[in-house]
Amino acid sequence: MRATHEVHIGSAEGTKGVAQQPIPSPVPTNGASPHQLQHSSHPGVQLHEHPTKAAAFVANDARLHWHDQAVWFLRGKRDRVSSAFPEWEQLRTLGSHIKAHTLSRLAEYLEQFERNALALGARVHWALNAEEHNRIVHSILADHGVTRVVKSKSMLTEECHLNPYLESQGIEVVDTDLGERIVQLRREPPSHIVMPAIHLKKEDIGELFHEKLGAPPGLSDPKALTELARQHLREKFLAAEAGITGVNFAIAETGGFVVCTNEGNADLSTALPPLHIACMGIEKVVPRAKDLGVFLRVLARSATGQPITSYTSHFHGPRPGGELHIVIVDNGRSRILQREEYRRSLHCIRCGACMNTCPVYRRSGGHSYGVTVPGPIGSVLAPHLDPAAHASLPFASTLCGSCSDVCPVKVDLHHQLLMWRGELGRERLVPIEKRLGSAIGGWILARTWAYRFFGKVMRWLLPRLPRALVYNRWNAWGRQRELPEAPAQSFREMYRRRRGN
Amino acid sequence: MSDVALFVPCYIDQFYPQVGLATVDLLERFGIRADFPEAQTCCGQPMANSGCFADAAPLAKKFLDVFSRYRYVVCPSGSCTSMVREHYVNLLPGEPKIAAMRGKVYELCEFLHDVVQAKPRGRFPHRVGLHQSCHGLRELRLASGSERRIAAFDKVRDLLAGLEGIQLVELARQDECCGFGGTFAVSEEPISCAMGKDRIADHERAGAEVIAGADMSCLMHLQGLLRRQHKPLRVMHVAEVLAEATA
Repeated sequence: MRATHEVHIGSAEGTKGVAQQPIPSPVPTNGASPHQLQHSSHPGVQLHEHPTKAAAFVANDARLHWHDQAVWFLRGKRDRVSSAFPEWEQLRTLGSHIKAHTLSRLAEYLEQFERNALALGARVHWALNAEEHNRIVHSILADHGVTRVVKSKSMLTEECHLNPYLESQGIEVVDTDLGERIVQLRREPPSHIVMPAIHLKKEDIGELFHEKLGAPPGLSDPKALTELARQHLREKFLAAEAGITGVNFAIAETGGFVVCTNEGNADLSTALPPLHIACMGIEKVVPRAKDLGVFLRVLARSATGQPITSYTSHFHGPRPGGELHIVIVDNGRSRILQREEYRRSLHCIRCGACMNTCPVYRRSGGHSYGVTVPGPIGSVLAPHLDPAAHASLPFASTLCGSCSDVCPVKVDLHHQLLMWRGELGRERLVPIEKRLGSAIGGWILARTWAYRFFGKVMRWLLPRLPRALVYNRWNAWGRQRELPEAPAQSFREMYRRRRGN
Repeated sequence: MSDVALFVPCYIDQFYPQVGLATVDLLERFGIRADFPEAQTCCGQPMANSGCFADAAPLAKKFLDVFSRYRYVVCPSGSCTSMVREHYVNLLPGEPKIAAMRGKVYELCEFLHDVVQAKPRGRFPHRVGLHQSCHGLRELRLASGSERRIAAFDKVRDLLAGLEGIQLVELARQDECCGFGGTFAVSEEPISCAMGKDRIADHERAGAEVIAGADMSCLMHLQGLLRRQHKPLRVMHVAEVLAEATA
């Protein structure tokens, strides 16, 4: 089973790619016209998206527990390797500081990276948003007459919905990360940023490969399935005219960048075709090559409990005879950068540890979030692009805080979730039942007499009402739980009597 | 007037008066006679966590008005304590009373452990599963937690471990959330209950007779599930365990 969930740490960034209003950006827009951007159709206000989708996931109890265990297994591995690492907390602090520093002068580091990348012979493009990113990638491919592309894992291109865009332009795009290929063949988004197909069992994949790749029916041996995928992908690698990769870390002082994978597919995607396009979010830049010594040590350990990814590929300019294009994308990131209380979410190195530890993610599945990056980090990033469309995500958490404590770069995720709740509340993007309950509860609780009076009434009524009336269909608490027994006297009444005596 | 005030969260006041009384008893056993200012109601967390900061702000203001004159404010809930200590700044930006209050408000176990430096002695001959409530654990840092790689400590466990006859069972997941989460318990009911059931199963497998915790809200959720399923496992607030053992 795990073979089909092999770890694929690709580059990954951002939130759901929808076009947005023009925003002040630190990104120079040479090569990209700063014209008025078009609004994509508004997906509408979604106040109950996560609870609705999560309920469907929970309905299959066996699958829920299988998913919970599969993902928790990674948290366990992360715990074991980080325990054997005396400087773990030091590295978290250091990584967080390096990111904070970089973000404090992001434009400078990006321009330094651009200068050095150009000097190495790469071409650099700047994209304000997802649409611009897709158009740039397409124009590079069109200039070279490319019709067949292989792509290693990149959450940024997922965020920008690059695949459907290129397909609509008549270009075949094949995801070469096994998990990504699986979800691509199923025509669904990844459910996890590191393990895109973690929601699927080996039997599901056998069925898919039977249907799409001609596997014999009933095949579920992970080794055989992987071999089949390997043969299928080899043909695609050999036929490809261009390779697209993500970027895990772009190094300002050298102009080089690093891509981490476990399958070597980034190397095959770039070594065979002559044209390499690397897509990165603006937050991927780090100042110095030696900073990698911090991030590479925590990335794979946090993600899957591996000491390091199987392949850590460094790219410095185009290979001889080839062409390298780097597309640097904002897509809402500079707006996050401007907001101090949320800025730290740009520290994220996309390890997925917050998903693995999140008790809600593990029990609701990545698709319940409805965004490219799910889980706690996705829930704080997505509302920046469209608060109304993702209004349920900051509430898809118990605010337990485990995400903030596993995060290798110390993103204060659960505090950002709470900040978002406050913001959505101010924008009236909280469900009416919550707002009403809060207004009534707040009014009562602000008045000691009202609190005492209604408390007494409730405690008197509860044991006297018929059970069917208390446990009615709208009582969500009571569907699977008993309400606490209502005592005749409150604490304050008992206390007063005791002190009186 | 005592220089210690007791803050009893609203749901404890209304539904679990015995937990409030156990807190009073326990403090008295260590020579502290705390005041209970009657004007108190709720810290405002249910409204704040629902995103309705404007409804929570008057409650935060009320809390500060009622409690600011005390030297210590002690509360038998890690979650309500962390609301005051960590999140009032978001509800009442610029409010000058908050800074002082942050240094005064203590969760009960934290107060006993750090301020009173209590070493409760007594008998509690039961197998106990300690439920680490998240806000006590990760906001107030009552224990080191499973995520961070720092020297291990656990204040609540320390208080319990001195009791004679107590067996603290080992859980498979030492500090996973129970799924209560305030209004999450209702708005994401299926997930909330799935999490709660998993927590209960962990305690059952470990052979616990009692689930003890420092937050009655988590225990209310777990108790609701246990009672619906007619399970023999009981829940007890740590104050009740300590008060019973040291009686």
